[in-house]
Amino acid sequence: MERIRAGDKNACAECIEIHSPGIYRLALRLMRHEAEAEEVVQETFLSAFKGIDRFDGRSDLRTWLFRIAYNAAMMRLRRARPEEVSVEEAAEPEEGALVPRALFAWKDLPEEELEKAEVREELERAIRDLPEKLRAVFVMRELENIPTDGTASALGISEDVVKTRLHRARLWLRERLAAYFASPADGAGGGR
Amino acid sequence: MNHESCRTLLEGLSLFAEGEAPPELCAEIERHMAGCDNCRIVVDTLRRTIDLYHRLPQPAMPEEAREKLYKSLDLTDLMKKEG
Repeated sequence: MERIRAGDKNACAECIEIHSPGIYRLALRLMRHEAEAEEVVQETFLSAFKGIDRFDGRSDLRTWLFRIAYNAAMMRLRRARPEEVSVEEAAEPEEGALVPRALFAWKDLPEEELEKAEVREELERAIRDLPEKLRAVFVMRELENIPTDGTASALGISEDVVKTRLHRARLWLRERLAAYFASPADGAGGGR
Repeated sequence: MNHESCRTLLEGLSLFAEGEAPPELCAEIERHMAGCDNCRIVVDTLRRTIDLYHRLPQPAMPEEAREKLYKSLDLTDLMKKEG
């Protein structure tokens, strides 16, 4: 950290090597397009290195970088699609349970199922379709394994809201994937 | 998920599916599931959803994007080549 503050370029490069893959994945899943994700990653590191004096060490560096990346992504999304990411939506209350409707068993999934590009694409598509607020929490908590307190700090929400959104995201994805993974006996899908 | 008890327990199912629910909640959900096929299915498929995403291979940052990042930060001479 001190080396980055002192402008040590090797330290900056180390920071990029360690953190850019995770920042890129977050940006890709928030922005949904590679080119935009790349721009968010660039903006994140530029802003982090320029503003490193503002890093107070209360969170870890990874969490701080995720916060910068999340804010950069949200700014871009608001600029591009103000009607979709409005202040009103950000202030939306958290209540309202997602009641499961897909009440049928899934087919057995062999271990090698995830090696199929089609299955991986279906799982990624479902993430992209998640409502935005649930998506940010799901990516950070479930996919990047950032602890609840770090995710809360990065997104500027409480830990309870993180837990609620993670639960709702899982239920939402379960519902979304049900038709794809349905047991053939249920006649509800089983791949496309 | 039509019964009131199903909806009451719904909020605890993530913790239960991950094996992190407190013992009292675990016992309550297990008691309920013994007589509720729908909740058994939800718990099973919720677990499978979580497991699928934990095993999903993560997308890699394209090499070209890495190069652009180093260039934008004027660090190209410090970039380690992949592989």
